[in-house]
Amino acid sequence: MADMTIKLLNYGYFEKKMLSELAVGVSSEFEAEVKIVEGYLDLNAYFDAVRKQYNGNQILRYIDSHDAADYQKLVGLFNVDLFIPILTYIFGQAYLGGKSAIASGYRLTNERYGLTKNEALFHARFLKEVNHELGHCFGLIHCHNPGCVMQSSTYVEDIDQKSPHLCGNCRNLFHEGNR
Amino acid sequence: MNKKISLLIVDDEESVRDSLYNWFLEDGFSAACADSAASALAMIESKNFDIILTDIKMPGMDGLELLRRIKAIKKDAIIIIMTAFATVDTAVQALKDGAFDYVTKPFDPDDLSHLIRNASRQIMLAEENTQLREHLKLENVDDIIGNSTEIKQVLEEVQKVAVTNSSVIITGESGTGKELIARAIHANSPRRFFPLVSVHCGALSESLLESELFGHEKGAFTGAIYTRKGRFEMADNGTIFLDEIATISIKMQIELLRVLETKSFMRVGGSKLITSDFRVICATNRDLKQMVDEGRFREDLYYRLNVVNIRIPPLRERKDDIPVLVQHFIRKYCTAMSRNPVSIEEGALSKLQEYDFPGNVRELENMIERAIVVGNGKEIRIKDLPLLKETSQTLTESLEELERKHVKAVLEKYDWNISRAAKALQVDRVTLYNKIKKYGFKENS
Repeated sequence: MADMTIKLLNYGYFEKKMLSELAVGVSSEFEAEVKIVEGYLDLNAYFDAVRKQYNGNQILRYIDSHDAADYQKLVGLFNVDLFIPILTYIFGQAYLGGKSAIASGYRLTNERYGLTKNEALFHARFLKEVNHELGHCFGLIHCHNPGCVMQSSTYVEDIDQKSPHLCGNCRNLFHEGNR
Repeated sequence: MNKKISLLIVDDEESVRDSLYNWFLEDGFSAACADSAASALAMIESKNFDIILTDIKMPGMDGLELLRRIKAIKKDAIIIIMTAFATVDTAVQALKDGAFDYVTKPFDPDDLSHLIRNASRQIMLAEENTQLREHLKLENVDDIIGNSTEIKQVLEEVQKVAVTNSSVIITGESGTGKELIARAIHANSPRRFFPLVSVHCGALSESLLESELFGHEKGAFTGAIYTRKGRFEMADNGTIFLDEIATISIKMQIELLRVLETKSFMRVGGSKLITSDFRVICATNRDLKQMVDEGRFREDLYYRLNVVNIRIPPLRERKDDIPVLVQHFIRKYCTAMSRNPVSIEEGALSKLQEYDFPGNVRELENMIERAIVVGNGKEIRIKDLPLLKETSQTLTESLEELERKHVKAVLEKYDWNISRAAKALQVDRVTLYNKIKKYGFKENS
């Protein structure tokens, strides 16, 4: 897996320190080289005025249209409220077994829920969300193991319950799928 | 559940289809999409989907019409209606038409997970239920003993008929266990949580039977001090077992036919029509068809009752079961009498297997019970089974020969205790000594 490169495309104006921590976490989990790239995207094109949210499907489609010559997987990092037409919100989205994913930190901060700011907790949640979406890119589906990062999370509290790591079974599937 | 649950998403909006499709794939389901109700119907015809999610407003056929069409061909299909514009009327209509749920777009992510989890659980339960039914073991058949092909066939028929609501006639000679079979049918039927009411028609006079079956109102006849529920009323939601059905009078046959057809009746002396939902199981040791031919049993009633006929073979047709039956009765009566289990002499068992048992299993049971009572507490011997000796009697024997055999048998039975043997023979001890002398009997000869 040493040849694998994962690109983290920063559209969310996240701090360098946080992105470096994120890269370490992703790299160790997926045994891959992680590159952080600054990106610019006019999100107005993806804004839904009725829902006052950004269309995750359309953004993911745009991300996926990138030339993939220098990476195997790409995660677009955002800090806006994402939705897909059937759901009120999403934390992130990925193409199952594909090369692209998106993740947003918008609903991962404590302040969003009226709680005291906790930077470390936010970083931990964001790492879990990115690892989760990357897991889908590697073909992994939702896992019922409570500690596994691939467990489905519909609330931020669900994210806090799981670890940033793949469980044994998902790790085996990851290795089998990427041999 | 081993198999992957399959979903069909029906929506004319591509973004909705794609969103749901990706969501379900990530959740480990197998998913497919249709952009209209017509293409959904075509897909359903060629492939089985466990859950169908359909939008309500679509060009051409709408979601409610699709729901009705699917339900018409597949009653147990799980269909979830999605809409962007929920109204109470359409929601009520959808649920009335058999929708599993009705949800408004967009859903909260947690709601979608719950919705699909509930639908999956319903599918799992339905599958489990089917599997359990397939592997369902007969209950309450512990008293129906035997390994013979004949008795296994009877039990197979019981299993098949128990789950239905059909009337059953159990035929078989006296003592073959017709009531046990009726109990087994009831105990394995969906009616098992309700009563099994037995009526021994042969033991009751016509007027008593009428009152027993239909009940009576207070003052209906002399002695009717209180209103009394009849057996049909008591068997509501359960089963009524009419034993010795061939013995009922022609008048009662007409009454019975009417009740079976309408499931309603009036108590004796009453004017209120009472309805009761019961299943009928009848038993007889007579040939009902022959009685119909002879005009002694109503043909219409015969066909009403004889939907399923279970024949219990007499014991002489399943002699292989005698050893297991003997062991069963030994265990039963030794336990009941608080005695140590006894064995049976090989010769005695052979004799039992040679015997024809006109009284069937009941006769064998009584024989074993008696043998345990009169036996030596260790082993059932040939002499503990006196009825067997009758099998060797022939009508050509002289009176003197019969007397010789009988006196010898009684002496053996009472271990040559002269007083007890004389008492059993109803002669005095001197007369018995004279007989012993006359026939030259000697103890242990």
